[in-house]
Amino acid sequence: MRNPLRSETEAFGFVLVVLVGAVVIIGAAYVNTWVGVAAAVVVVAGIVWWLFREPAETARQPKLASGTPAGTHRVLILAPPGTGAVSKPAAATEIVVVVPALASTVEALTGAVDDRRADAEATAQRLASQLPHARGEVGADDPVLAVEDALREFGADQIVVVGDRQTAELVRGRVTVPVASAPSGNAV
Amino acid sequence: MAAAAQAEHLHEHEHPPEPHYSSRVSPSVLGMFLFIASEIMLFGAFFTAYFFVRVVNGVPWPTPPYHLPVYVAFINTCILVTSSFTVHWSLQSIKRGNHFGLQAGLLLTFLMGLTFLITQAIEYSRIGFNTSDGAFATIFFCLTGLHGAHVFVGLTILLFMTIRAFRGHFSPEHHHGVEIGGIYWHFVDVMWIVVFTTVYIL
Repeated sequence: MRNPLRSETEAFGFVLVVLVGAVVIIGAAYVNTWVGVAAAVVVVAGIVWWLFREPAETARQPKLASGTPAGTHRVLILAPPGTGAVSKPAAATEIVVVVPALASTVEALTGAVDDRRADAEATAQRLASQLPHARGEVGADDPVLAVEDALREFGADQIVVVGDRQTAELVRGRVTVPVASAPSGNAV
Repeated sequence: MAAAAQAEHLHEHEHPPEPHYSSRVSPSVLGMFLFIASEIMLFGAFFTAYFFVRVVNGVPWPTPPYHLPVYVAFINTCILVTSSFTVHWSLQSIKRGNHFGLQAGLLLTFLMGLTFLITQAIEYSRIGFNTSDGAFATIFFCLTGLHGAHVFVGLTILLFMTIRAFRGHFSPEHHHGVEIGGIYWHFVDVMWIVVFTTVYIL
């Protein structure tokens, strides 16, 4: 759902939308009060539809590029909490294992993500201990966001998404770095 | 000695847990969501009373022999809508580093908001009915008065924003105070458009 008051610019856009709706209602009410009421119902339904429509700017967001110093091949592994094992990606000189602190909508909205972060932290440390030159990090509660954050912070030459292929597709749509997917429990 | 070292060690670790929150929803956005939700519920309660009185009970609107000052309310609507443009202009100005635009935009917005509130107060004194003159009058004053209270709060926020703008507190990098205050002002504007259309036009 779109939040029309997320920023001042969006709030101003919302003012314009409501203004146009009001003009339609006033014009209809000028003809007849009940026509005005009908117009109000249609306008309110239209504004509700507009609010629930996903904003198009998500699709227009530029893809994230990333890079690392010469001579290094940093691999970013995205693994869901509870992943048992991952194997070392070929040619990797550095590995960053990112485990998103997956939380339910209620947990995310209320910020009650302590337990989820603890689970993610445990998985990240366990997986990192299995790999050479690796470290574990807890990511955001959205896997794609976790990858974006990691790319901005660490950079990577390759991304490996463990488990869900749909997540790998979503990540591919957001970054220019090569993305591979690996089955859960036995990555790469 | 050991006890003192232990106490110092404990003291070092006496701090609140490290704050963290969902990166899916930032605190300011969540705060705005909750604020909007509470405001919608507040105005919703008054609109429910309005529709109950007008539709369910069939009270004529406005109840004869009273008349609503539609023309003055329309002029007031134009003033308030224009003030949304000026507050938007002030934000766009500071984003580009134009301090004059910021100051002029905020000052104009404040003056227009003040004009709206004074005009509404004058209309209240000349409208010819009072809160005790039936359900119609009560709901009219409740809805427009509730909105007027929001305008008053908005004006207070705008006053602080304007003072800060003239003191040079905002810059192209730091103008969160203008953005958040602007959002509130736009919300007040949207609510007035809805109140005006519902109470005065329909």
